[in-house]
Amino acid sequence: MTQTLSRLPALTPPAAELPARAEALRAEVREFLADERAAGAWTPRSDVWLSGWDEDFTRRLAARGWLGMTIPAEYGGHGASPLDRYVVTEELLAAGAPVAAHWVADRQIGPSLLRHGSEAQRRKYLPGIAAGEVYFGIGMSEPDSGSDLASVRSRATKVDGGWSLTGTKVWTSGGHHAHAFFALVRTSPPEEGKRHSGLSQLIVDLHADGVTIRPIPLLTGAHHFNEVVFDDVFVPDDMVLGDVGSGWGQVTGELAFERSGPERFLSTFPLLAALVGELSGADLGPAGRRELGSLVARLWALRRMSLAVAGSLASGEAPELAAAVVKDLGTRFENEIIDAARLLVSIPPDPGAEGGYARLLADAVLHAPGFTLRGGTNEVLRGIVARGLGLR
Amino acid sequence: MTIPVVDPDLVELAASVFADATDGNLWDTLEQTGLARLAVAEDAGGSGGSLLDLGAVLVEAGAAAAWAPLAETDLGCRLAAAAGLEVPAGPLTFALDAPLTVDGDAVSGTLTRVPWGRSAAAVVALTADSVVVLDPATATVVEGTNVAEEPRDTLSWSAATAAVAPAPEGAAAEFARWAALSRSLLLAGAARGALTRAVGYAGEREQFGRPIGRFQAVQQQLALAAAEVAAGGAAAESAARVVVRDGIAAPTAQLAVASAKVRTGQAATEVARIAHQVHGAIGFTREHDLRLTTTRLWAWRDEDGTDGDWAARIGDLTLAAGADGLWSLVTA
Ligand SMILES: Cc1cc2nc3c(=O)[nH]c(=O)nc-3n(C[C@H](O)[C@H](O)[C@H](O)COP(=O)(O)OP(=O)(O)OC[C@H]3O[C@@H](n4cnc5c(N)ncnc54)[C@H](O)[C@@H]3O)c2cc1C
Repeated sequence: MTQTLSRLPALTPPAAELPARAEALRAEVREFLADERAAGAWTPRSDVWLSGWDEDFTRRLAARGWLGMTIPAEYGGHGASPLDRYVVTEELLAAGAPVAAHWVADRQIGPSLLRHGSEAQRRKYLPGIAAGEVYFGIGMSEPDSGSDLASVRSRATKVDGGWSLTGTKVWTSGGHHAHAFFALVRTSPPEEGKRHSGLSQLIVDLHADGVTIRPIPLLTGAHHFNEVVFDDVFVPDDMVLGDVGSGWGQVTGELAFERSGPERFLSTFPLLAALVGELSGADLGPAGRRELGSLVARLWALRRMSLAVAGSLASGEAPELAAAVVKDLGTRFENEIIDAARLLVSIPPDPGAEGGYARLLADAVLHAPGFTLRGGTNEVLRGIVARGLGLR
Repeated sequence: MTIPVVDPDLVELAASVFADATDGNLWDTLEQTGLARLAVAEDAGGSGGSLLDLGAVLVEAGAAAAWAPLAETDLGCRLAAAAGLEVPAGPLTFALDAPLTVDGDAVSGTLTRVPWGRSAAAVVALTADSVVVLDPATATVVEGTNVAEEPRDTLSWSAATAAVAPAPEGAAAEFARWAALSRSLLLAGAARGALTRAVGYAGEREQFGRPIGRFQAVQQQLALAAAEVAAGGAAAESAARVVVRDGIAAPTAQLAVASAKVRTGQAATEVARIAHQVHGAIGFTREHDLRLTTTRLWAWRDEDGTDGDWAARIGDLTLAAGADGLWSLVTA
């Protein structure tokens, strides 16, 4: 029985090689990190891009020119290639360094402002982002709008000189420290049959009158998430990002940056390194060596895929399907590290330990549910892949 | 740095040759089109293509479940050339860790599970210290197969005359890597072939009044399979690129090839499982073509070193690197 076969779409962009310049940069970052570690500036942790908020560290990175790397010099950045930025971020994550303060601003706000922002908005925010002084949150999710992001209900109504904003955002990571976020809000009712129309992104100053920020403690009790309530908040016209009504297209572009980076498979890398440390010198036996080796094979393959996506993004493409694939595989891999750690070493997790294996394991276990939710759940990502395969 | 690319016309040519030829005339077509010895130097009777060209063609061969010893012929040529030996025209095969006794130019012993042994023009075998080129016509042949029904034969020689040369330094480790790399590329292709069939079938087969591919449960399974195909494909292609960049003997090639074999093996298991589940009972029949790719996935994941063998080697490399060296190992 034969069947006519149509070709599948390309599931990954062609393999990318990092330029020699990026490798020289890698050596510099490693030296910097080794010095920081030697000075005891911070302790390596799991999931640092979520929870490692350290503004002094962020400013030290900025002083080295490692924030806002892809922002042009005229806006205070360094005009470097996204692949240079890739190398810096993967080194920081692998080391378990505290990168949370600048993470959102550096990853997605800078590129979005460059793409959609007005000249005044760029001048206002980009130099501060590159200097490690200005921090951003993400204002997308709402109590009734998670995976179905287009259903957001926060509403801005036109008033003299601007907009009056009312509504509630939730799960705002770092909202209690951040200066501002881009709120995805409804600025007009959707057109018939076009539910993505009538949405806009407003740049909201989180210290403005009418903004209330309340903590939503994580299951550990840690303050990371926030609820951000807008009660008749005035947003001036010049703080609309891009065009009124183009919010959906802009937000999807932002998600491409949010979904494809090395943070989508390295959140628990410091635990893997510590695991190798525990196993060195121990009598691991063939089954253990295979378990460890198959994990490292997955890591090697994931990194090559992620690099390919980064190379494609750097050349101006938007590899949505490939980014979804990397994030689905990568966030599951972050969990597989925990499974292997528990299988191969019998040290129970200890959330009270100062550092080391027991603490890395505890943080990884307690943060694991978030890996496959944040930035679009794995089920939603698979829906994107299924659409790419022509199934929906 | 410019990234070497594969000519899309070559990939098209290979895909159409594999699609149109019958099992009986495929090898002749491969010879006529120059695909049979694609990456063999022109002065050695090949087409002078690059390793990346060969890689792309092996992926197509795997996807089409091509009935031809393409990888084996390339390896046979490579091994003979490394030892300075000539090989005859026609399809070749190879054997590593060959338990043969070599006495001058007289060779005796038995090789098991030789791919395509019965129909090869020559077997190029690597013993502990020699490379030998043997003629299967002078052997006693006991035919066998792998689970994909590809020939895996037992060949015995008793004081047969063979071309013999000293084995090059490091040949055992390097050729194990060549074999695993080729097998990974074939696996990546077979995984893609199985997924292509499953996606096509999900669009055609109707139950409950609609194509089964409209059901979210089926979509999620196929998306998982697609992720495996992507990972296996990226691993195999990247490993070939590392070998082009650094050479097969480099330490980076060791991790790259081992990772590619392990990752394509993991993908094989998952993709075959999902492709069969999506096909229902029809895919479990002899008359249906799905088995051509899935049985190859099951066979090839355990050939040229099982996932477990290569994973254990990566485990050793990882332990040798230690906690502080792990990241450098992965990013080299
Ligand atoms: C650690 C963390 C940090 C976050 N930070 C931020 C932030 O800073 N700013 C922000 O705006 N948001 C943030 N989020 C929110 C995040 O984007 C949402 O959690 C995510 O989009 C899912 O929405 P939800 O939690 O409402 O789950 P729901 O959408 O209610 O989903 C619940 C379950 O149903 C499944 N499901 C839903 N729809 C479908 C479907 N169509 N098909 C199949 N399955 C489906 C989901 O996969 C999931 O398993 C954060 C989340 C986490 C965990």
